[in-house]
Amino acid sequence: MIKKFLAVLISTALLSGAAFAATLNGAGATFPYPIYVKWNSIYSNKTGVQVNYQGIGSGGGIRQFSSGVVDFGGSDAPLTEAQIDAAGGDVLHIPTVMGAVVVSYNLQGVSGLKLDSDVLAGIFLGKIKNWNDPAVAALNPGENFPDKAILVAHRSDGSGTTSIFTDYLAKVSLKWASQVGAGTAVSWPAGVGGKGNAGVAGQIKVNDGAIGYVELSYAMTNNLSVAALKNKAGRYIVPTLDSTSAAADGAMASSKIKKMISSGDFRLNLNNAPGVDSYPIVGMTWILVHKNQKDAEKGRALVDYLKWILSDGQQYVSELLYAPLPSSVRSKVLNAVNGIKI
Amino acid sequence: MWGRIEMKKGDAWFKAVTFGFALSIPFLLLILILILLIQSWSSISHFGFGFIFGNVWDPLADKFSALPFIYGTLVSSLIALAIAVPLGMGCAIYLSEISHSKVKEYIAVMVELLAAIPSVVYGLWGIFVLGPWLTRVIPGMKYGSCLLTGGVILAIMILPTITAISREVFQAVPNSLRESALALGATRWETFRLAVFGPALSGIVGAIILGLGRALGETMAVTMVIGNRPEISASLFEPSYTLASVIANEFAEATSSLNLSALIELALILLVLTIIVNGIARLLVWKTTLKYNPN
Repeated sequence: MIKKFLAVLISTALLSGAAFAATLNGAGATFPYPIYVKWNSIYSNKTGVQVNYQGIGSGGGIRQFSSGVVDFGGSDAPLTEAQIDAAGGDVLHIPTVMGAVVVSYNLQGVSGLKLDSDVLAGIFLGKIKNWNDPAVAALNPGENFPDKAILVAHRSDGSGTTSIFTDYLAKVSLKWASQVGAGTAVSWPAGVGGKGNAGVAGQIKVNDGAIGYVELSYAMTNNLSVAALKNKAGRYIVPTLDSTSAAADGAMASSKIKKMISSGDFRLNLNNAPGVDSYPIVGMTWILVHKNQKDAEKGRALVDYLKWILSDGQQYVSELLYAPLPSSVRSKVLNAVNGIKI
Repeated sequence: MWGRIEMKKGDAWFKAVTFGFALSIPFLLLILILILLIQSWSSISHFGFGFIFGNVWDPLADKFSALPFIYGTLVSSLIALAIAVPLGMGCAIYLSEISHSKVKEYIAVMVELLAAIPSVVYGLWGIFVLGPWLTRVIPGMKYGSCLLTGGVILAIMILPTITAISREVFQAVPNSLRESALALGATRWETFRLAVFGPALSGIVGAIILGLGRALGETMAVTMVIGNRPEISASLFEPSYTLASVIANEFAEATSSLNLSALIELALILLVLTIIVNGIARLLVWKTTLKYNPN
């Protein structure tokens, strides 16, 4: 038994040595980590190219990418101009998958909560403190709200989820934009912080009257109760993979986004997208690569890998509860990937 | 003795090697402080002393300060000590002075088990069991994630340290001391107070320091139950934040270099805080041993 095992081990070692083409190293965002790991294992089985991805967080990913420690970075927030300069200026943002951020809550006697952007911002700003606030009741005719203090739960660790959520609030609420702003970690005006999706979900679960935000995939796998949010078209939309994709399609219709895509800039903001079925809080995650690759062999391997995840790779996306990129964007991104200088 | 008698070659090697090992400890500490100083220099020079006494932590505005975290760290550790010291000492006294050997064995094993539980398990238990329970039991406590819950979790975590070491210390007191007290007609309590407690005192303080050290540096369990809110509030029922927690929470995603530097300065403050607390405790040990053993 042990002999057999050893033989297999050695032969696989030899085989992988024979098939050794290149090793690609990446690091960054944890939000897309599950799908990247899945892609990497399928891809290495297929081609023998080893791709390693460490989910160390977007911030760490951007730092390691800028200093050239890794071949590609992963980030849930697009780089600022200063960060692009620090990384050498020639940074290409390649969107890989999309996800939604959902508002989850725990309130006895209330199911099917509906919120609009004003009330959501009011709650997270700490202005709306009790569930019996008339502003909440006005959006939910027929529901009976108890006299219960609202406990806001947010992420305590820096996170791409927070970045997407706060970006949405800053987009829809001037007060939020001026008082708090958007980023992976912000100075929260109200509530308690939980570490990770699990930490926030835990706070919501044990506190009657709590409300917080988590990734769609996390909420779906854990059956959390989620609020329907009013979108730009005025309809209340429950977060699903379909309404996430609808948001992307809706966003693609805007002329500003069209212009960005055709100029090869994929730092697209999908929050508060138009379209009747669009869920309003949606974001994408990016792989960061240099437009000018220094090492020809690595560069070629990287381009092949990126092409694969943008074509064949997309079929594995929905089973891990991410939304795939719209095909219109994919073709444009593939063009950009083909333009990488090796 | 070394030096006067001509050393054998082996002895010389022995001395050199062990001296090198001994030196490596202060060297490591020095390097650690140096690296922290270098890496946090941009934050130190940018904020100056205002960093320590300020109240704002806003990563978006690049404004950072440490006071809420220092407050949260010290207060949660003090709550932990206030609970764990009497409890742990009582347990240790029972185990070493009163209990039968069978009971002693069982409880001692359980105390060690308590020490072996990973902190993330304590954290989860804190969120789902301890926090909700405390809110039900304590009037005025609105939600489970607050400074008090953090302190209670820490108390449970340092309890085994304090209990186990105090027990060892009590048992190290020679039996002849107890026997002489008993021979003079002392009760069990008097025997403990007169014959055991005095000689054991410095060891007990040592146990408390070790517990405090763990409490000050504990990260995972605390961050899961303390609410992670950088604010100083007089109420123990409000969320708070500790130095170790904020470093663990924000380090991975800190994007601006000033943010990173500020986090490292927090680490430096935590290190200095531990050194100060340790120093004070050593001083206490030295003073008390002087009082009990003047020679």
